Amino acid sequence: MLEDKMSSFNMPNLQIEKIESYLKSGKRLDGRKSEDYRELFVEDNVSRNSASAIRVRLGKTEVLAGVHLALAVPYPDSADEGTFMTSAELHPMASQQFDIGKPGIDSVELARVIDRGIRESGFIDMKKLCIKKGEKVWQVFVDIFTINDDGNILDVAGLAALIALGRARMPIYNEKEDKIEGYSESERIPLNKDALSFSMTFHKVGSVIVADVGHDEEAISKFRLTIAMGDNKGKARITAMQKGKAGTISSSDMETILKLAESKWKEMFPKVRKHVFG
Amino acid sequence: MAEGIYTKREDGRGFSEVRPMKARVGVVPSADGSAIFETGKTKAIAVVRGPRTLHPQHMQDAKTGILRVSYGMMPFSVEDRIRPGPNRRSEEISKVTEWALSSVVDLSGFPNTVVDVFVQIPQADAGTRVAGINAAALALAHAGIPMREMVSAIGVGKIDKTLVVDLNKYEDSTFHDGEGSTDIPVVMTSRTKEIALLQLDGKISVDELKAAIEMAKKACGGILKIQMDALKNAGGQDE
Repeated sequence: MLEDKMSSFNMPNLQIEKIESYLKSGKRLDGRKSEDYRELFVEDNVSRNSASAIRVRLGKTEVLAGVHLALAVPYPDSADEGTFMTSAELHPMASQQFDIGKPGIDSVELARVIDRGIRESGFIDMKKLCIKKGEKVWQVFVDIFTINDDGNILDVAGLAALIALGRARMPIYNEKEDKIEGYSESERIPLNKDALSFSMTFHKVGSVIVADVGHDEEAISKFRLTIAMGDNKGKARITAMQKGKAGTISSSDMETILKLAESKWKEMFPKVRKHVFG
Repeated sequence: MAEGIYTKREDGRGFSEVRPMKARVGVVPSADGSAIFETGKTKAIAVVRGPRTLHPQHMQDAKTGILRVSYGMMPFSVEDRIRPGPNRRSEEISKVTEWALSSVVDLSGFPNTVVDVFVQIPQADAGTRVAGINAAALALAHAGIPMREMVSAIGVGKIDKTLVVDLNKYEDSTFHDGEGSTDIPVVMTSRTKEIALLQLDGKISVDELKAAIEMAKKACGGILKIQMDALKNAGGQDE
């Protein structure tokens, strides 16, 4: 995501060697093991002016995500379905490496990976977002804003988007005057709860596959693989994947990643579900 | 004061009473300085990065560093979603904020550099530019940027014929009766008590404006105290 811009050119070789040799002996500089995620914090009082707006922090990486609903005309090829759009800003507030201005390719990729994951999983019940076929539907916006980058923004932003959607309140629609009058305190936006899937990103740092990379690990990794997994009768099912960066994945790396992804999913899915629907 | 039709404030406050305010520094660990400032439901986050080398090079000043401010509202900060990225309003506010802060910041020790200030509003209920300036001044101080003095900011205004301090959204944009609503963001310097920013939208007499500025001066005194307390409490939470 962020690696192209920051690359490792400004990191001393000694630091790179230290990260890699620690990993070889099963350790990381911050005391975690290679497969450990950092602690997850979720807070939901960011803004009461939208359907939901939440703050998600994984270690020191922090992202805000908000959901808005607006009235829109449906696309002709899906006249009875709502529409959905994800935007992401890698704001210079969050990192020395981000620039101001038009969203760069990193922001675009981040938004698209998250958008695709949510859209293709069928998590949002688009049919129920139809008000009048061919004329009026709800348009759902997810806006992601980075506050602090300490690595793995992709996973944090993905979780933030899901949690914001899970907690999004349905607007109150005044049909006579054709306008929105605040949000319902009891009704949430229509979701297919069983379709919930979340993504985990694994990087190859030195010779080791690492989960939930920190800033420096991310800067020097050879490749990353993002895997979204949902629940299929208690077992993990892959719903989306994206490989990033220029390195290649060997078959033994692939095996390691898949095994790791399954066990991480088992460990994290119940927690994620609780946050999303909590 | 209770002449005219606005005899009681919509949220029950006294006419010269500000909303509950909170400030905290050190909220963004990777930044050189950062702060959050809240007044009522309005929240502002400010982050300082720099001094760092300014690019493009032709913008560099060999005599001094420069201050560069970017203000923006997050898409979910208001009821009608705001499209991400800059717009005319945010660009103007960035500039007036930059002027207000530049009047107290001294970057002569850092030639050819830039100090970036990023102000973002996660939740808005009027007064976002002044909340942003309060947060930005705190973030600059937290970053250790040389400042001749502190600045504090407040919105004052006139609702029909009544002067009020720290307008909320109802007073700022919903109220249209009588003489309507006049909105005056003011930034005061802490020591010399001079005005570092002044804007006005509406209709107001000279005497009323003088009175409004006096109210702003008083409110800024209280805000300065909140800012200084936040800086004193910085030690423990800094990472």
